Amino acid sequence: MNDEIRKSVRRVDAVAKASGLAKYISDYNFGDILYARLVRSTRPRAKIISITVPELPDGYYYVDHRDIPEKGKNRIQMIKDDWKVFAEDEVRYVGETIALLIGPDREKLLSLLSEIKISYEDQEPAYTIEEGLACKGGAIVGDDNIYGEYNLVKGDPDTAFNNAARVIEGTYRTGFQEHLYMEPQGMVGTWEGGRVNIYASAQCPYYIQKSVSGALGVEGKEVRIKQVTTGGAFGGKEHFPDVIAVPLAVAVNKIKKPVELIFDRIEDISYTCKRHPSRITIKTALDKENNITGMTIDTVINGGGYESSTLIVLQRALLHGIGVYNIPNAHVRGRAVATNTFPSDAYRGFGAPQGLYAIEMHMSQVAKELGMFPADFKRKYFIKNGDMTITNATMKDTVKLEEMFAAADEMSGYSKKIREYKDDPYKGIGISFVNHGGGFTGNGEQEIIKGVVKMKRTGENSAALYVSNVEMGQGLQTVLRKIAAKELGLNYTDIEYDNPDTDIVPDSGPTVASRSTMVVGYLIQECAKKLKTKWDEGVGAEAEHHYKHPSEFKWDQDTLQGDAYPTYGWGINVVEVEMDKDTYEVKTTGIWTVFDVGIPMDDTIMYGQVSGGVVQGLGYASIEKCEVLDGKFRQHTMADYVIPTSVDFPQIKNRFIDNPYKYGPSGAKGAGELVFDAAAPAYADAVQQLAGKNIYDIPVTPEMIMGLEE
Amino acid sequence: MAKISFILNGEEVSVEADPLKRLLDVLREDFEALGVKEGCGEGECGACSVILDGKLVNSCMVPLGAAEGADIVTPEGLRETEKGKVIVESFADTGAVQCGFCTPGMMMAAEALLEKNNNPDESEIREALSGNLCRCTGYDLIVKGVKVSAERGKDLW
Ligand code: FES
Ligand code: FES
Repeated sequence: MNDEIRKSVRRVDAVAKASGLAKYISDYNFGDILYARLVRSTRPRAKIISITVPELPDGYYYVDHRDIPEKGKNRIQMIKDDWKVFAEDEVRYVGETIALLIGPDREKLLSLLSEIKISYEDQEPAYTIEEGLACKGGAIVGDDNIYGEYNLVKGDPDTAFNNAARVIEGTYRTGFQEHLYMEPQGMVGTWEGGRVNIYASAQCPYYIQKSVSGALGVEGKEVRIKQVTTGGAFGGKEHFPDVIAVPLAVAVNKIKKPVELIFDRIEDISYTCKRHPSRITIKTALDKENNITGMTIDTVINGGGYESSTLIVLQRALLHGIGVYNIPNAHVRGRAVATNTFPSDAYRGFGAPQGLYAIEMHMSQVAKELGMFPADFKRKYFIKNGDMTITNATMKDTVKLEEMFAAADEMSGYSKKIREYKDDPYKGIGISFVNHGGGFTGNGEQEIIKGVVKMKRTGENSAALYVSNVEMGQGLQTVLRKIAAKELGLNYTDIEYDNPDTDIVPDSGPTVASRSTMVVGYLIQECAKKLKTKWDEGVGAEAEHHYKHPSEFKWDQDTLQGDAYPTYGWGINVVEVEMDKDTYEVKTTGIWTVFDVGIPMDDTIMYGQVSGGVVQGLGYASIEKCEVLDGKFRQHTMADYVIPTSVDFPQIKNRFIDNPYKYGPSGAKGAGELVFDAAAPAYADAVQQLAGKNIYDIPVTPEMIMGLEE
Repeated sequence: MAKISFILNGEEVSVEADPLKRLLDVLREDFEALGVKEGCGEGECGACSVILDGKLVNSCMVPLGAAEGADIVTPEGLRETEKGKVIVESFADTGAVQCGFCTPGMMMAAEALLEKNNNPDESEIREALSGNLCRCTGYDLIVKGVKVSAERGKDLW
């Protein structure tokens, strides 16, 4: 049965997309459309003193906070609702939305935009984690700039450190990362049926509905959100679309005409959320026999000007902070700090990549201090089924890391090469071990999401599935069809599944957190079983299925104790590199990966996730540099924010190790983020092996390596 | 404003427009060639790739004036040809398509390569695709898609 579902099929969307027939938001024709430009803050931190808008010709509109209906609220209802729809009297970052300027002629809009004069009273901004922690310029948030702090404690770390024979410490830093989905952010708002409709390139139609209805002060169903074919997202179209959908909705609500808001690339890189930068300090306590007895991890992430989902990102960074290891005594502390950078938000991995990068680099460095090779050392501490996790619950997964390591070693020749290259300053091989919890943290699927799916028999041999989860490139429209078809004994092409429309589909939750295949796919599987029993009722028979948290997993969200995730995907990456003697350019010569994703729902689609995720992670590790200068992202074009091209990395050799999960469809687990997590530490480890010096920060650039040598 | 004439997907066409207007906009707005995508507008991503007089170009960097008398092929034209069909089918069968936003441009790059070299090896394919960015696939399956196109279409190119 499992062999059948994993067999690769042709994706349902492939031909239309390849031939250029698929319609993205910029390909629609909404007739007489108006265009919108955002009026943005040019200051990182300031009071707005006055705004002068030029006299607008007929048919042009200026929309700001005063246009929010009285029963509404000038807040974007994200996880936290601190982010304003339109700035009123203060701005906290460059690019903050102050107003929308709308009109029929795009060139005229630009010239009017340049005539809007805003006078500010500037305040001293804080950009970096250090400046945020020091409350440079005075606190932006509360009295300490801390959005939130968590502490996870297992065992007795204090005693472990008091009795330690030796302590090894390192501080690891990661920077902003831009999603750089190929299709920039875009949406169109219309006034149809006496209400606001939003057509968007987005991951989470119901998130947009919640934000828009909250700001307008209407019931959810009084706005309609329709997802259109989405040209990549990676978390960048999880919450950020709310930031533009809400002002757009306020505008449409006011002028009752269709308005298009599509970013060009420079706007998109300059003024959208990025991955949270991090600074993580890890200390390891060792006894006289060089066994790890304790560990402390101090994590700080840069949340930027508003909190939005930052604390959830932080939680995931902490819950993955200790990686795949069983450390008897540990303290993981985390803080998220406010600064005057563009608010950071969701990006594939959601905090886990930062935590996993730090722990993997640290474990390699401790190994080196002890005169051991990284894999030999790390393997001693692999967590096993029944071991205690950092949240004081037992590991419920069957952990197959040893079997996976054997496969990785056999494919890559890691153990042999690491010895061979030991004294070779131009060749290195690195390895990393990761896991990634699928679905929302803890009981979030039960308490927050409460996913619902629906199915219907639509013909002799056909059925439709109704979910709010979107295809954004990951293959969901094919995979969910396969899952439904398998239960119903139909062909996957006989299942209908449209881009979600909140008027039609129930809320099965957002397309995030590697949950769509594992959690929603399971709901579909169970729903399809129900529909099967009703099949004989004829065309029109319907079934519905609601999420129910498996009772064996317990979680306390207040204390963050219990089963943080019902299951984990597991991964190993091996990266081999060579360095040019003169230029310090690093060339990747081999990439081998092994993943436990439960059972892959389609071998080719899963391989596509591996290849895409790993290369995106290698970009993060090596070339994707994004710095803040005077509050602006210094790299804001595709020419200076560079991502991997087809010649930068060799073909990946991958193997899947089967390890079915009881509550996943046909045994599947989450995979979309896992495949990103391991690449950066494997790459940086490979470079530190050849350099013979520790690497702490990514991206690892030739300049950085040159600096190590000096 | 000027009247500019060229051949678009085998048909003679002309348009009255500012000769500085980007060919990308002319193709999308005046000829509904919506397979030509705008990924960056700065010549970096290749989503707007078309074949102009046999050469792969980024249409966002070409002013309309430079298209006078040219022979231009877009995804709309390519997909109707035998070669285009082979590429589309091969891409679909190998899993080369994810979000799809880069894919029409990749298809143009594949066609441009195969016209010159009907039996490319992996490094030649990677080289030929290097002006076209893809953020989803990591390229492996696109490379395979081109390889399979070459095999299936060996009598065409
Ligand atoms: S849109 Fe022309 S190269 Fe990117
Ligand atoms: S498939 Fe999404 S950018 Fe290439």
